[in-house]
Amino acid sequence: MNVWIEKQKYLIDFTLASLARRKAKNLGLLLVYSLIVFLLASVMLFTHALRQAANELLAGAPEVILQRMVAGRHDLIPPGYLERIGRLRGVQEKQGRLWGYYYDPVVKANYTFMVADDRLLAPGTLVVGAGLARTRGVAPGNLISFRAYSGKLFTFSIADILPAKSELVSADLVLLGEADFRAFFDIPPGHYTDITLRVANPLEVRNVAGKLAQQFPDSRPILREEILRTYESIFSWREGIVLALATLAVLAFAILAWEKASGLSADERREIGILKAIGWETGDVLRMKLWEGALLSLSAFLLGYLAAYVHVFHFAASLLAPVLKGWAVLYPRFELSPVIDGLQVTTLFFFTVFPYAAATLVPIWRVAITDPDAVMRG
Amino acid sequence: MPATRPSHLALCLLCCGGTLFVASFADATRLRQQRAGATHEMQALVRQLQLTDLCLFTEARYTRHPSQADLHSAFQEHPLALEHFPSGSLLLPPAILSSRHERLDREAEVPD
Amino acid sequence: MIELRQIHKAFNAGRENEFRALNGIDLQLPAQRVTAFRGPSGSGKTTLLSIIGCLARPTSGRVRLHERDISGLPERFLTEIRRRTFGFVFQQFNLISGLSATENVMLPAYPLGGDRHALRARAEHLLAGLRLAHRRTTRVELLSGGEQQRVAIARALINEPPVIIADEPTANLDTALAREFMAIIEQLADAGRTVLLSSHDPLLVDSSLVDRVIDMRDGRIVAAAAPAGDGG
Repeated sequence: MNVWIEKQKYLIDFTLASLARRKAKNLGLLLVYSLIVFLLASVMLFTHALRQAANELLAGAPEVILQRMVAGRHDLIPPGYLERIGRLRGVQEKQGRLWGYYYDPVVKANYTFMVADDRLLAPGTLVVGAGLARTRGVAPGNLISFRAYSGKLFTFSIADILPAKSELVSADLVLLGEADFRAFFDIPPGHYTDITLRVANPLEVRNVAGKLAQQFPDSRPILREEILRTYESIFSWREGIVLALATLAVLAFAILAWEKASGLSADERREIGILKAIGWETGDVLRMKLWEGALLSLSAFLLGYLAAYVHVFHFAASLLAPVLKGWAVLYPRFELSPVIDGLQVTTLFFFTVFPYAAATLVPIWRVAITDPDAVMRG
Repeated sequence: MPATRPSHLALCLLCCGGTLFVASFADATRLRQQRAGATHEMQALVRQLQLTDLCLFTEARYTRHPSQADLHSAFQEHPLALEHFPSGSLLLPPAILSSRHERLDREAEVPD
Repeated sequence: MIELRQIHKAFNAGRENEFRALNGIDLQLPAQRVTAFRGPSGSGKTTLLSIIGCLARPTSGRVRLHERDISGLPERFLTEIRRRTFGFVFQQFNLISGLSATENVMLPAYPLGGDRHALRARAEHLLAGLRLAHRRTTRVELLSGGEQQRVAIARALINEPPVIIADEPTANLDTALAREFMAIIEQLADAGRTVLLSSHDPLLVDSSLVDRVIDMRDGRIVAAAAPAGDGG
């Protein structure tokens, strides 16, 4: 065993010495390789953590949301609907929600206006999300004016700002009282944006939705599990897009690596011949080259992965955010709770480390099995 | 001279890398605990306000609340909005649409 | 010790450019002698040395080492035998550039996995014996021709093989260096090693150092002459 370890150390010594001879080239290769692992790992870690966050946070969303559709579009719930639902088995609570969007031409951003009943906001006051406060540059106590869709100018005072830690769900929120909301958007009493239902038993959710759809043919029930699935697929395809683009980089690198690995220079061929002539077995040469591939690809994997981890979870994925956030003006600042998918990391490991090690081996194999007498003939 | 032996150096560095790799999982657990407060706060907010979506893409209403929007009407809110179908990421909206909208934006009276 | 029987070697066999390097060599090489193969280039000296040193296999014929037929052994065993039995000094020296002299000398022992301190000490001892102690950490491509050859000799000796094979050892050396090389070979022979040389350098072949000269031409042994009255 000791002899085996000692032998591997000798082989590593040699392979490092031969790597050191082409320092710039090999360091460049390591850098590009690490960069690719970094890119792939960043995307994987980031989207996986986002997916997890969506799952974790939206677990508290209402089980069923009833939307009314008019000509295929989302419309207000007319008066009487909430009462008409009546008593449904399994429904603990039903409530009309009031919320809507407002486009603020000052900063060219969209806000979400929402009525928060239980906050007991005094008329004329607002609570805004931290992202909005940052983008618009407002603080508690400031006055803020919005021109309503009716053309009238409304001025509110800011009572409070939602905690910055909660930006992932609240960055663009504007919370206001019901009376203010109805006045601002000109929504008559009795109308709601949609209706939420709380269902305690998960097995009942589909039944409830089915009954609602039957009772209100003009409406569309949205289930919480659909919401979660929506997020699952959104992040999956966004991850997919980035990975698809990254594939080009990976392919380019594959060509580079293949060139480097398979295009054995005359010097390297000669060296392998010498090693064989002075008593190295074909297996020793292969092991030495395997170490070369393993050291290079392992270092690249570790460097790339560690950089990606720090980037995503300590620097809030600052390099990736532009790709994932689109063209929004108002973007939340948030720190993701790190969740690492072991399977994903393992997949990344296998797809980055093994192909390179294999690519270095194949051509060497062909050279190494030839007779070593070539060196004699110079 | 074992200290200068390249294989020892390389194996040491690899071990360090491996340790850091394992440490990243430990660090993830630590950060999770540290950020649990924020998570709870957001969960409370979601429950209290009956929120349905993450505030990630505010560029348009069907991207702000992907789970609530009718998914098939592109460019409803902002002509520069990123469509959330794959084609939307690759194709820009027609220039005539954005230029017209931007002019409208400029001409619109700023309320404050 | 080494016995060759009906050795044939053909390159590119069966093709248009087939080249028959050796045509039926029968030879017995006793241990502890300095034997020189002499002949013009293309006469098959180098090919014969490759086959003796287990670097190549004959196309046909038998090679026996210590009464053991080794021509049919698989590569692993052949390598093992080569490592244990033969040390090579190539015409082009064939040092690995970028490595220091000591590292080059240590290379043949790497696959054995011995203790590194002991190995390094042995390598440095060998280099010191060849008056290269001051150059041991120098990269080999910075050494002069004579120094490179001495590094190559030290490398050939690191695994303490009983047989040293040197292919055209004086071809790249001036007279003074060639004499120095011969002195080293003499020491090795005196220490009980078998030395096989290929050369057409009269300075070397005709010297008293060589016990037996084997003349070769067109892949055949022409005559086995014994210079200076020494029997062969």
